[in-house]
Amino acid sequence: MDLSQLAKGSTAQVLGVQRLDPDDAIAQRLLDLGFVAGELVKCISLAPFGGDPLLVQIGYTRFALRKVEAARVQVEDVA
Amino acid sequence: MKTLHIALVGNPNCGKTALFNLLTGSRQKVANYSGVTVERKEGQFVDADRIVKVLDLPGAYSLNATSPDELITRNICMGTHDYGFHPDVLVCVVDATNLRLHLRFVLEIKALGKPLIVALNMMDAAKKRGIEIDIVKLEQSLGVPVLPTIAVASHGADILKKYLAEHYLPLPAIEYRQNESDSHVQVRQILQSSVSMPSATAAFDDRLDRILLHPVFGLVVLGLVLFFMFQAVYAWAAPFQDGISASVQWLSTITGQLLPQGILLSLLQDGIFAGLGTVLEFLPQILILFAFILALEETGYLPRAAFLLDRVMFASGLTGRSFIPLLSSYACAIPGIMATRSIQDPRDRLATIMVAPLTTCSARLPVYTLLIGAFIPQQKVFGLFNMQGLVLFSLYLFGIVSVFGVAWVMKKFNRQKTDHALLLELPSYRLPNLRDLAIGLWDRTRIFLRRVGGIILTLTIFLWFLSSFPGPPDDAVLPAIEYSFAGRIGHFLAPLFAPIGFNWQIVLALIPGMAAREVAVSGLATVYALSAQGDTVAQLSDILASQWSLATALSVLTWYVFAPQCISTIATIKRETNSWKYTSYAVVYLFGLAYFFAFLVYQLAFALQ
Repeated sequence: MDLSQLAKGSTAQVLGVQRLDPDDAIAQRLLDLGFVAGELVKCISLAPFGGDPLLVQIGYTRFALRKVEAARVQVEDVA
Repeated sequence: MKTLHIALVGNPNCGKTALFNLLTGSRQKVANYSGVTVERKEGQFVDADRIVKVLDLPGAYSLNATSPDELITRNICMGTHDYGFHPDVLVCVVDATNLRLHLRFVLEIKALGKPLIVALNMMDAAKKRGIEIDIVKLEQSLGVPVLPTIAVASHGADILKKYLAEHYLPLPAIEYRQNESDSHVQVRQILQSSVSMPSATAAFDDRLDRILLHPVFGLVVLGLVLFFMFQAVYAWAAPFQDGISASVQWLSTITGQLLPQGILLSLLQDGIFAGLGTVLEFLPQILILFAFILALEETGYLPRAAFLLDRVMFASGLTGRSFIPLLSSYACAIPGIMATRSIQDPRDRLATIMVAPLTTCSARLPVYTLLIGAFIPQQKVFGLFNMQGLVLFSLYLFGIVSVFGVAWVMKKFNRQKTDHALLLELPSYRLPNLRDLAIGLWDRTRIFLRRVGGIILTLTIFLWFLSSFPGPPDDAVLPAIEYSFAGRIGHFLAPLFAPIGFNWQIVLALIPGMAAREVAVSGLATVYALSAQGDTVAQLSDILASQWSLATALSVLTWYVFAPQCISTIATIKRETNSWKYTSYAVVYLFGLAYFFAFLVYQLAFALQ
């Protein structure tokens, strides 16, 4: 699954970031911000009006990501 | 004397500018969100026998720049463009509470192989949260000097300064390169060996965010904050305004008693006291508005508001990131437009620049307040709200609606449909620092007074001159101003503005008012002071209330919601878009909307009267 599907309050492990095209600036930025394999990411909150963007925590930092951005991050559930 | 050049780099919001201010004694603006600094700033200090020149750079997450401000940082670090500043050493500032993210950038900078020092900033906040950092180990694993700093404390940069003084730099360049995918792994190892972190985030932030980011309560709080802010601007400023107004009146009366009738007295009373005094009255409101915006900027709340509103703003062709530039535009559109540099997407940035002049900047307040005071009764609505405050609020609302409307139309015309990025970091909350707040307000006061003493004074005297000469013929029956240059210009242009209910005095005040919006108020004051028959000294608002219809007042208010009567804003749009095409689009559409809506409002109000 991808990060945009993560339920509020749950945590997942990042598998990788998918580039939509070879110079996908958004994917590169996600990697730079620490969305790399093995990191834990938690969905903290969903914005009003349809839950987009979502607020996620990775490392010690909180980022607001739109669903189109979060969809580039592949994650798997951790128990 | 020898000179050392250092450049401060680092992630956004890690305290580079606060450190810069501390090192150089400058007073650059600091706040609590990413992208406060969008330009490079230079300062210097002297230590022992050497000048240290310091360059403060915009924050960047990575050297893969995605926005104009990050590009400046990239260019300096990579040496592709030095803007006349070639750093001998880079000081990479990191937030001790956010090392996971910030150390990665350190590794990226280090890979460039330039001399490097790491300033471990916000050590006070880290201590408070029980974060323990083994600086010696950190130094060993990074292979560069690591120095603790507290940029918000007065001696917080002493260790860094001492280090710079003791080591006759330049430091040797680092011979080191690594590939990028390893950097995250390396950061993880470094953190494990040298940092102990009791919790990933501050418990206080978590608690506050549960309320402030709640889909329902969050929006309620945001609405209350903004509404309270605008009500306060009106309510709290009133006593101060009355005080200033009374003092100017008193000065004017005294002058009248001391000086003989004549040109000099007319210049002082009708030109300077009537004109400038009226503008000066608005200083309290402008300061209260700025106090709120500065305080909000420091708390870290603004990026939260951006998060809450992103969806709505995106639907209308903007982005959550537009929220901060647009809110600053309520104070003044010029810093607002410059702040758009932190918006990565060029489409979003252009849209934000184009709509920024629609936000109700503080220079409109004098016009709004004057007319509201003259035409809207002072009464309570629902026993709670002030009627005048409500009208002011709806003028702001009108501005907001048009921001969204115009952005939406622009979006429809844009053919590029690739994804827009948000990727916004939410910082830790912080209490506003009273000293920074005071500095910010004092800077504002100086800017305002300089405007009053400079451009507004000049134009007021010019308008007084136009309105006083040539003098009336001996058999004159009308007020003298009717025979002057100004009277003729006003009458000549009046037919163009008749459909929107402007009389010739308003048209006349609008001409110098092109330079800055407040000038129209001093202009009206001067024109009406000179139109007065006999020597009755009346308040401008009383004169207007007796001479204008309500329809005209509403029409002027509407005109000011849109009209781009500010040369500096237009110049800033030109500079930031680097395009005459977009600049002329902005001017034409703003005047077009101003005329159209003023026409609508005037005709409607006139028909209903």
